[in-house]
Amino acid sequence: MIVIQGSNMAEAHPVGFQWVMEAKRRGAKVFHVDPRFTRTSALADAYLPIRAGTDIALLGGVIRYILDNELDFREYVVAYTNAATIVTEDYRDTEDLHGLFSGFNEENASYDQTSWQYNGDESNGAKHDTETQRETAAGLEHESHGAQVNGQTQRDETLQHPRCVYQILKRHYARYTPEMVERVCGIPQDRFLELAQAWAANSGRERTSMLVYSVGWTQHSVGVQYIRTGAIIQLLLGNMGRPGGGVMALRGHASIQGSTDVPTLFNLLPGYLPMPHHADHPTFDEWVESIRHPGQKGFWGNARAYGVNLLKAYWGDAATAENDYCYGYMPRMTGDHGTYQQVLNMIDGKIKGYFLLGQNPAVGSAHGRAQRLGMANLDWLVVRDLFMIESATFWHNAPEAETGEIVPERCRTEVFFLPAASHVEKEGTFTQTQRLLQWREKAVEPPGDARSELWFFYHLGRIIRERLAQSTRPRDRALLDLNWNYPTHGPNAEPSAEAVLYEINGYDVASGRPLSSYTEMKDDGSTAGGCWIYTGVYADGVNQAARRKPGAEQSLVALEWGWAWPSNRRILYNRASADPEGRPWSERKKYVWWDPDKGEWTGYDVPDFEKNKAPTYRPPPNTSGVAGIAGDDPFILQGDGKGWLYAPSGVLDGPLPTHYEPVESPVRNPLYRQQANPTRKVYTHPINTLNPSPPQEHSDVFPYVFTVSRLTEHHTAGAMSRNVSPLAELQPEMFVEVSPELAALRGLSHLGWAHLVTSRAAVEAKVLVTDRVTPLRVDGRIIHQVWLPYHFGFEGLVTGDSANDLFGITLDPNVLIQESKVGTCDVRPGRRPRGQDLLDLVVDYRRRSGNLVHRYPPMVTTDVADSSSDQEA
Amino acid sequence: MGVRSWFEGWPVYRQLTGTDPLGRGAAAKSDGSRSLTARTDTADSMARSVCPYCAVGCGQRVFVKDGQVSQIEGDPDSPISRGRLCPKGAASKSLVTSPLRQTTVRYRRPYGTEWEDLDLDTAMNMIADRVLAARDETWEDVDAEGRPLNRTLGFSSLGGATLDNEENYLIKKLFTATGALQIENQARI
Repeated sequence: MIVIQGSNMAEAHPVGFQWVMEAKRRGAKVFHVDPRFTRTSALADAYLPIRAGTDIALLGGVIRYILDNELDFREYVVAYTNAATIVTEDYRDTEDLHGLFSGFNEENASYDQTSWQYNGDESNGAKHDTETQRETAAGLEHESHGAQVNGQTQRDETLQHPRCVYQILKRHYARYTPEMVERVCGIPQDRFLELAQAWAANSGRERTSMLVYSVGWTQHSVGVQYIRTGAIIQLLLGNMGRPGGGVMALRGHASIQGSTDVPTLFNLLPGYLPMPHHADHPTFDEWVESIRHPGQKGFWGNARAYGVNLLKAYWGDAATAENDYCYGYMPRMTGDHGTYQQVLNMIDGKIKGYFLLGQNPAVGSAHGRAQRLGMANLDWLVVRDLFMIESATFWHNAPEAETGEIVPERCRTEVFFLPAASHVEKEGTFTQTQRLLQWREKAVEPPGDARSELWFFYHLGRIIRERLAQSTRPRDRALLDLNWNYPTHGPNAEPSAEAVLYEINGYDVASGRPLSSYTEMKDDGSTAGGCWIYTGVYADGVNQAARRKPGAEQSLVALEWGWAWPSNRRILYNRASADPEGRPWSERKKYVWWDPDKGEWTGYDVPDFEKNKAPTYRPPPNTSGVAGIAGDDPFILQGDGKGWLYAPSGVLDGPLPTHYEPVESPVRNPLYRQQANPTRKVYTHPINTLNPSPPQEHSDVFPYVFTVSRLTEHHTAGAMSRNVSPLAELQPEMFVEVSPELAALRGLSHLGWAHLVTSRAAVEAKVLVTDRVTPLRVDGRIIHQVWLPYHFGFEGLVTGDSANDLFGITLDPNVLIQESKVGTCDVRPGRRPRGQDLLDLVVDYRRRSGNLVHRYPPMVTTDVADSSSDQEA
Repeated sequence: MGVRSWFEGWPVYRQLTGTDPLGRGAAAKSDGSRSLTARTDTADSMARSVCPYCAVGCGQRVFVKDGQVSQIEGDPDSPISRGRLCPKGAASKSLVTSPLRQTTVRYRRPYGTEWEDLDLDTAMNMIADRVLAARDETWEDVDAEGRPLNRTLGFSSLGGATLDNEENYLIKKLFTATGALQIENQARI
């Protein structure tokens, strides 16, 4: 079975969807859950329309169904997850606290996680300042490893202990009944039960089910917990680390996975090492220990080597043991330096310059108006792109130019537009959605002044270093000592991408020999490597990402096409595809297993386990690091070797996913008094006005729910599609999909105009009346949802208003991703007003909704008893 | 032209009597179409590439004739895509050869109302000047308690997720050495 939720895979990842169709042809059932009926729904066996922003309520219902009927894969659950682990006595659940967990601090809207810990490990939570973790999006570090936890745990493998994770889970989801799912999500009970039954029936020894999501899950103020809920189901049903199972994150861009692994993110260094924080990591040792988590099991125990190798790759010969490998050169975070904080700082005049590298925030980021006003208040802006995008021409073409808010003669931003090389005009690797690196060969030279980012940054660094060559200032040492000697070639002095890949891979400093695995990395400066999880991509001096053995000449796993991190493994944690004794769970689902004769793990994939560690291996008591992982602990990067049903630390909004309403919702949370995520990241700034939601007054001013997503023919902010004539011709206009019922209610006519209004903006679109969107009965009333594509802007062959202008800025606390998949709005017939009239319209809505004085929705609403189900609690 | 060859000139005759009963191959060819050659056959070179749009990572074959991209097709060898491309991937040639592509540096001076031309070297030097100036004006050595900061919050960056790993690596490396923290990517969004 394949469950697709928060994704329109057939239209947004069409070629990947061929494999869903292959599975369906072989008998797999396909379920699609989405606010809108799409071509994915049309090809699925079952489609469930859902109210946007309520996925946790649905999935929580599935968890309850599994637990109530004891349909979990018990042997897998007991052996491989933390179901048996016992939690501290002090833990209090949302059941007890109207939707909050124990440890909530109202002053900084964050949790003290001490009471969430495993029994006997209470000291773990107190060490960490969760407010700082939110400000620095610390949750992102867990993409390659689990959060901190002591590996030595108390367990009750009968799962009867009242404080074991299994029992806590059961209690936490007790109220997620089929009736409640219907009431929250608008999904009829029989449709919900069809999903839950099929999921459980198609999991176990003989069968596996896969879960697929995209940004329909991540772009929420509770986004990380959506994915956690999916992971809990997949662990309970034994679908992790097994063929045909897993949680498939469909990422949206050619190398968005690579952009997180080798990050250009403020809070990360390559390989998910944290950027140093001024208070937490003043010294090298404190930085390393914070990553290594002494006492913890697993491969993260070697963090010192990963850190030393990165610094050695950056600063070469200058990095020595005596100077802590130049750790002192690293800039330090003091809090949130993310893209939305930056934009607000631009508006406030705190930032002088801005680089945009193939990115178009004037269209692609939430609150487009804030983005454009921020860019209009810079000293300088460098835009590198293929096309003249909205973020380069805002100073004369933006909607704010029409309203008079931006006037070229008064806008001081100096703009440099530098043309960029396309993907065929440079060589390098993309990392696609399954962590697979694929090398691209260069076909032609870029035209005119067009250059790669590699060229731009290499030469910018070269010029800067030349300017500072005579400097004696301490602050310039980091630049002057930088290992910045890449060979160049060709008419434009293009730096060698292969030389950079070699450095990312890592090498023996003395001999220059490329490392073949991160296990070869040393913490004494004798090896250097820029991104430990990518080590092996240049093993044996061969560009493994360039391998192109035809798929038809290989097994389905295709280990000789490209290279996947880590160590070319195609399914992570695949030790779990064998039972605790190392035998395949079934012949049908055989993947990786223990060969007792040879004394090694073998199979169709690269085993995600120490090759010669027998299933019977048991670590001596209190062993940490890699040796602490038992022969039947498949989750080797988790601190206890187990898959986490319950997260005792690392997830800032709670150890268990809980349904909170979106920040802008027309509905009072039917499950708890707590309305929205109490730990969400809020920006209080005059430009960031938010629509009111219950229990606040006046939410009826914005009675409709809107959601946005992608069209097959367009790509994100549109630069790479609205400038391409065949694509522009196929999807030429901005439109909004509305149900026949809403069209009748609001006087909208098919192919006529409508405009949507929020407390940020009004956006117009052509009306498409269709039953692809359907009114839902939610908590006794009808909720109307509308859908828009978010690709349009004011430049290119085809133009239109930008859907992202409608959104305010509220972020998930774990990773600082914005809630841009759901908001509330009003829908009106006809085109939007222009000029001053447009500003007046939005101001009028703000006045009517009581929002003119920037009343932000309260973080905590547990004191408001009302129609929610826990008034008796 | 004899009667026989006139007769054989009919596609329907060839369809009924030849090896192509569905009339979708040889039978349907005219003299004109018989003499056509695929662009992929006459290309000077072919590069193995990857589609730049979504994250599926479909294989592409980029054909080059006379230094220009003449065709982009799906790579049938790819175990991911098996030669297929979606509408966007199939439009890749139109993307890279679009007449709307900017190929020269453009410059808008403060309070300017028009774009101006600028030499690439000049632009690079002007940008380096601005980076260094912004860095110096906003440099922070230590925090209030004397702990190191070593940084500038004077400028920032937002990158797309079509950047190569090698590019991201150099960007992060240079920004970090410059003390610039505020670097972000579509991956946050």
